[in-house]
Amino acid sequence: MTTKKHLPKKWKSLWFFIVPFLFLFLFKMFLNRPSERDLKVIKSDEHNGSEGGAAVGDVGLPDVIDYSLHVKPILSDKCYACHGPDGGTREADFRIDTKEGAYAALKDDAHAFAIVPGDFENSIAMKRIFSEDPKTQMPPPESNLKLSGNEKQVLKKWIEQGAVWSDHWAFVKPKKKEVPGVGNTSWPKNEIDYFILAKIESEGLSPSEKADKETLLRRVYLDLTGLPPSLEDIDEFLSDQSSDAYEKVVDKLLASDAYGERMASGWMDIARYADSHGYQDDLERVMWPWRDWVIHAFNENLPYDKFIKWQLAGDLMPNASMEQIVASGFNRNHKITQEGGVIDEEYRVEYVVDRTSTTSKALMGLTMECARCHDHKYDPLSQEEFYGMYTFFNQLDEKGRIEYNETPAPFITLTDEEVNDNLSFIQMPDSVNKIDLMVMKDAPGLRKTYLLERGVYDAKGKEVSFNTPESVLEFSDKFENNRLGLAEWFFDDDNPLTSRVYVNRLWQHMFGVGIVATSDDFGSQGALPTHPELLDWMAVSFKDSGWDIKAMLKKIAMSATYQQSSKITPKLLKTDPDNILLARAPRYKLPAEVIRDNVLATSGLLEEKIGGPSVKPYQPPGLWAETTSGVGLTKYIPDTGKSLYRRSLYTFWKRTVPPPSMITFDAATRDFCEVKRQKTSTPLQALVLLNDPQVVEASRVLATTTLQNETLSREERIKHIFRSVLSRYPSQKELENCISYLDDIEEDGDNSEEAFAILEIGAREIPADISKHQLRAYTLLANMIFNLDEAVTKI
Amino acid sequence: MSELYKHFNHNNRRHFIKNASLALGGLAMAAMTDPLKIFGANSNAQAMPDLGNGPLNLPHFAPKAKRVVYLFQSGGPSQLELFDYKPLLHKLRGTDLPESVRMGQRLTGMTSGQANFPLVGSQYKFNQYGQSRAWVSDLMPYTAKIADELCFVKTMHTEAINHDPAITFFQTGSQQSGRPSMGSWMSYGLGSMNDNLPTFSVLLSRGTGRLNGQPLYSRLWGNGFLSSLHQGVQFRAVKDPVLYLKDPDGMSRAERRKMLDHLAEMNHFQEEKFGDPEINSRIAQYEMAYKMQTSVPETMNIDDEPDHIFRMYGPDSYKPGTYAANCILARRLLEKDVRFVQLYHMGWDQHDNLPGQIEKQAKDVDQPTAALIMDLKQRGLLEDTLVIWGGEFGRTNYSQGVLTDTNYGRDHHPKCFSIFMAGGGVKPGFTYGETDEFGYNVVKDPVHVHDLHATILHLMGVDHERMTYKHQGRRFRLTDVAGNVINDLIG
Repeated sequence: MTTKKHLPKKWKSLWFFIVPFLFLFLFKMFLNRPSERDLKVIKSDEHNGSEGGAAVGDVGLPDVIDYSLHVKPILSDKCYACHGPDGGTREADFRIDTKEGAYAALKDDAHAFAIVPGDFENSIAMKRIFSEDPKTQMPPPESNLKLSGNEKQVLKKWIEQGAVWSDHWAFVKPKKKEVPGVGNTSWPKNEIDYFILAKIESEGLSPSEKADKETLLRRVYLDLTGLPPSLEDIDEFLSDQSSDAYEKVVDKLLASDAYGERMASGWMDIARYADSHGYQDDLERVMWPWRDWVIHAFNENLPYDKFIKWQLAGDLMPNASMEQIVASGFNRNHKITQEGGVIDEEYRVEYVVDRTSTTSKALMGLTMECARCHDHKYDPLSQEEFYGMYTFFNQLDEKGRIEYNETPAPFITLTDEEVNDNLSFIQMPDSVNKIDLMVMKDAPGLRKTYLLERGVYDAKGKEVSFNTPESVLEFSDKFENNRLGLAEWFFDDDNPLTSRVYVNRLWQHMFGVGIVATSDDFGSQGALPTHPELLDWMAVSFKDSGWDIKAMLKKIAMSATYQQSSKITPKLLKTDPDNILLARAPRYKLPAEVIRDNVLATSGLLEEKIGGPSVKPYQPPGLWAETTSGVGLTKYIPDTGKSLYRRSLYTFWKRTVPPPSMITFDAATRDFCEVKRQKTSTPLQALVLLNDPQVVEASRVLATTTLQNETLSREERIKHIFRSVLSRYPSQKELENCISYLDDIEEDGDNSEEAFAILEIGAREIPADISKHQLRAYTLLANMIFNLDEAVTKI
Repeated sequence: MSELYKHFNHNNRRHFIKNASLALGGLAMAAMTDPLKIFGANSNAQAMPDLGNGPLNLPHFAPKAKRVVYLFQSGGPSQLELFDYKPLLHKLRGTDLPESVRMGQRLTGMTSGQANFPLVGSQYKFNQYGQSRAWVSDLMPYTAKIADELCFVKTMHTEAINHDPAITFFQTGSQQSGRPSMGSWMSYGLGSMNDNLPTFSVLLSRGTGRLNGQPLYSRLWGNGFLSSLHQGVQFRAVKDPVLYLKDPDGMSRAERRKMLDHLAEMNHFQEEKFGDPEINSRIAQYEMAYKMQTSVPETMNIDDEPDHIFRMYGPDSYKPGTYAANCILARRLLEKDVRFVQLYHMGWDQHDNLPGQIEKQAKDVDQPTAALIMDLKQRGLLEDTLVIWGGEFGRTNYSQGVLTDTNYGRDHHPKCFSIFMAGGGVKPGFTYGETDEFGYNVVKDPVHVHDLHATILHLMGVDHERMTYKHQGRRFRLTDVAGNVINDLIG
C-alpha cells in the first residue's frame, strides 16, 4: 500500500462519514442553540488530550462574556506561552496574563494599547489576532497555535462589552453562597442537590428517577468499600422498608474496615507507593507499614488536616508520636536509585523535586513541576517560588545513590514490642521482630538552597529561602520556616486551594469525574468547575466540619444526585452526552483493584485480612526474570494459600514490572504522583478477564459453592451465580440466555478428559464429590458473567 | 486495532456520539459506535477510513516510512570496537586521556575515581566495505557485507551518563519516567494499519556476552499519559506469547466463540436497557481480543518459515526468544503492517572483560540484523520500513580498570557514539558525522537524541513540533522543546 494509492480511497470513505455529520451538525445547531450556552465553554478546534472537562460547544456566543469562564482559557492556551507568566521567554515585553500587563500601553508605542475596553478597532491585540497576514498574525504561524473563529469572536465580544477583568477563580478564597432555589422542591435530599438541580432545571431538563435498590446498594458498596454487597446484605436491604434503610447502609459501610482499604488504595496512587525502589535494578523496599497507617487513618476518620500535616511533617510535630513519624513516610515513597556510577547529587535533587511536585499536585492541584526549569508558562508560579517550596524538602540528611540492601536514611526502626504497644495498626508478621521504615527527618542546621538554572542539579543560581506561591497565599511570618510551617500554610483559613482540591477529589471518587475535571490542574490551563458554587459550598463545609472526610462522603452518598439511575435516555445523550449536569448517575469502568476484588469477593475466595507485607498473587511466569540484571527482585514466586486471595491494594508493586493485570486496567504506574486514572477499554482487558487464572479459578469456585447447595434447581443456580456477581437477579431474557448457554455447553461441549483441565486452574482444591461435567459447565457460565460489561462497570 | 475503532474509542468518540445520536435512534447509533457492526465482522482494514486524517490531521506530509523496527542494543555498545575507527588510540595506547580532549566532561562514579585514564584502541581490525567505503570492524562481518544498504551516524550524543536515565531518554525523550514511548507516540499519531495486531509490538532478548546485562523496565514501552490503547504490547517466546492471550487449558476455540456470542448478547440487553454506547465499545473489544487470539499465535509461529530463512538469520534463529528469532518475528509483524516493532537486546555493557563479552554480543546480532534488512528488501518492504540499530550511549576511549595486554573495559560515554539505519527513506551507503581522532568528541555534524527523534518522525510524515498531546495544560512532544530534522540523512 503506497500512500499515493491509498489517499483517494481514504478520502472517499471519509466523505462517506463526514457528509451525514455535517447535516446532523447543522441540524443540531438549529435545535440546541439556547441550551448549549452557559453550560459550555468555548471550544478550540484543536485535538486535545484526555482533559475533557467543561469544555466544548462551539455554537453561539454567551450573552455576557465572562473573563474567567470564557476569555482566560483562550488567552492561557494560545497566548501565555510567549506573553504569560514566564519572564524568560516573554516576547515584546508584553504580558497578557495580568491586568496591569494587558491594559498597559505597548512598550514601543506609548499611545497604543493591546486591549482598549469597549474599543475593538483600537485594540492592537485584536488587530493582530484577526490579521490574515502571517507576518503580523497572532499567534504567529510557527507557534503551531491557532485561534478558532469562535474563539476570536469571544475575544471581540469581550472587548466590546468592556473587557472586564477578574482573578483566577481557584486563587480566590471560597465562600459559601446560599443554596439556590429550585422548581422541584421535593427532589433535593440535601444541599448538594439544590446546586445540581438548579442547573439541570436551567437547561430545561429534570433529574433521573432514583436507581433501584439493588443498583444503589451495589454502587454505594463499591464506592465506599470497593467490595460488592453479599447476598445477605442485599436481602437485608431489600427487606428493610424503613425510611432510613439506605442511610443505615451508608453508616455501616463508612464504619467498616473495607472503607479504609478502599480509600487507601486511591491514596497510594497519590503517594506513588510501591514495594520497590523504582530505578534500574529496582530493589525491594519496605513501606507497607506506612500503607497500614493510611488504612488505619481513614478508618479512624482522622481529620484531613491532621492526615496531611502528619504526612508532611509528622516528625516535626511537638512531642511527635511514633504514629506521626510513621505517617511522614509519605514523602519517602518516591523512587530511589542504586545504579552504580550515578552522580549522587543529581539524584538527591531529583528526590527533592519529586517531593515538591507531589505535595503541590496532591494538595494544591497545581503543576508546580513546570516551574522547575523556568517560570511557569501558564500559572503565576515563578521558578523562584518552586525552589522556595523545594527548600522545605531539601533538609534531609539523605543520599542520592544508595547501596544494595540499604534502607535509605533517614529511617526509624520499629520493634515488634513497639508495634504491639503503640502501633497496633501495623500488621507485623510473627516471623519479623523489627523493621526499618523510611521517614522524614531534617538534618541539624540548615542546608542552603539555591535556584537551579534549567533545573540542573549543579547549575546553582541565587540562594532561596522557604517560600510558597504568593498568588495562592503569602508565606507570612506566622508560619515556621520548616515543613510544619508549610503544613500549617496549607490549612490556613485563607488558603483557597486545599479544601477545594480535596472535596473535588472526593467528588471524583464518587462520580468518576471531579467538579473540576482536571483534578490535577486547578491552574489556568485546567478545566473550569462545572458547578463552582457547589464546589465552594462543599469546600467551606468541609473546612467547617473539621475536615471530616466520612461526613463529606456521607453527604455525597445521601444526595439525590448520587442516588439517581444511570440510565441514559436519548434526550440526555443528545443534550448532555458528557453528563456534565449530572441529570443521571454516571457510568464508568471500575478501578483495576475493584474489578479484581469483586471477582475474589463474589466467588468467596477473598481473604479479608487487613495490612501486612505485600503479597504475590498469580502472575504470568517469567515477567520479572526476563528483564532483570540478576540482582534484587529477580524472580516472581507467587504466594501460596490465602495470600493469593488478598485485596488488590496488597499486591506487591515492583515499579519496573508492575502487576500486569492491574496496569492493563489503567492502574497508575506509581512512578510519580497521580491523582486520577484513565478509563480506557482495550482488548487486552478482555484477555485478562477471560484468561487470567485468578478469574478462571474464581469462576470455578463460585460454580462449586453453587453446586454444593443441592436444594437449588438449575434456574436457581444460574440466578445464584448471576446475583452473586452482579448483585441483582437476571431478567427473563438474561436467564434464558444463560440457560441456553448451559444447554450449549452440556450438549455440545467438550467432555473429553482434557477438557477438565480448566478445572485444575488455580490453587484451591476441588471437592471430590462434585460432578466434573456439571462443574465445568457452571464454571464457564460464571466466567461469562464475570466478563459482562456490568461486572466491570459502576452503574 | 483498526483505525476506525480507535477513532471512536479514543478522542473523537464523544464528539461522534453526540452528533450521531441527534437524529438517529438508539439502535442505529449503537451500530455506528461499533465499527465491527457497521462493516461486518469480516471487514478488513481497507474498508475503513484511515485514521491518518483523524483528529491529529496526520501525517503532515507524505511519509517515506510507514513502519519502524527499532533494534535497541541495551547497555551501550562500544562504537570504538564496531564502527568508529580510531587508529590514534593504538598509537597512544596506555597514555592518559588529555584534559584538552576531555574538557571537563563529567564521568560516571565508576571511573571518576580512577587515578588515570589509559587510552586503548580496538582489539578488532577495521576495514572499509562496499562502494560507500564504510568502516566496520571484524566483529560485524555480515553487517559489513551490506554496508551499502546502511546509513551510519557516527555523531550521536546524549545527555545522560547512566543506563536508566539514558534508555528512558532514548525511548521517551525525557530522562525521568512518565512520558510516552516513541512507539506509543507513533500509535497515537498515526494509528494502526491492521485490525488484529497491536500497533506497537515489543520483543526482548538477552545477550550472550553479558548474561546479567542491564535490566529493562516495562515503562520503556509504556504509554505515559497517552491512552493505554497505545501501550507497547510485549510478544514473548512462551506458551502465552501475549499476556493472558491463551484460552484456559481445556477450553476449545469453538467454546470460546460460543461464550463470546452469549456474552455479546447479554451485553446488548444491557445496552438496550441503559443506552450506554460504551457497552458496544466493550463488545467490540472482545471481538478484537478474539481475533488477536488467532492472529498473534499465527504470527508467532515461525515453524512455517522455510529453512533457507532460518539459515539466513543464523543458527540462533531456531531458538525461540533469541535476538535472531525475534528478528524473524519482527519481519513477520512488519509484513502484517504493524506500525512500530521494538526489539531490545540486553548485555551491551562492557565495563570490564570487553573483548570476551563484545565478541559474543556482536555475534548475537550481526547476522540476524543483516538478514532482517535483506529479508525486508527482498520482500519489497525495506523501502517504506525504517530500521534503526543502536544503544543508549557509547563507551569511553580509555580503559575502565586496569589495561592489560589482552583485557580492558570501557565506561559509559555520552558525547559520541554510533548507530546505523536502513530503509525507510534514509540515505543508503552513507556515513554521517565525524568524531575527533580520540573518538571522544564530535567535530562535525552532531546528532542529538532529540534530532534523531525529529528525523524518525519526519520520515514517518510527522512534523515533530506539531504532533502534540495536551496533558495537564501543556502540549507535550516526543522531542520535548528541542530537536532538528537532519535532512542530510534523508535520501
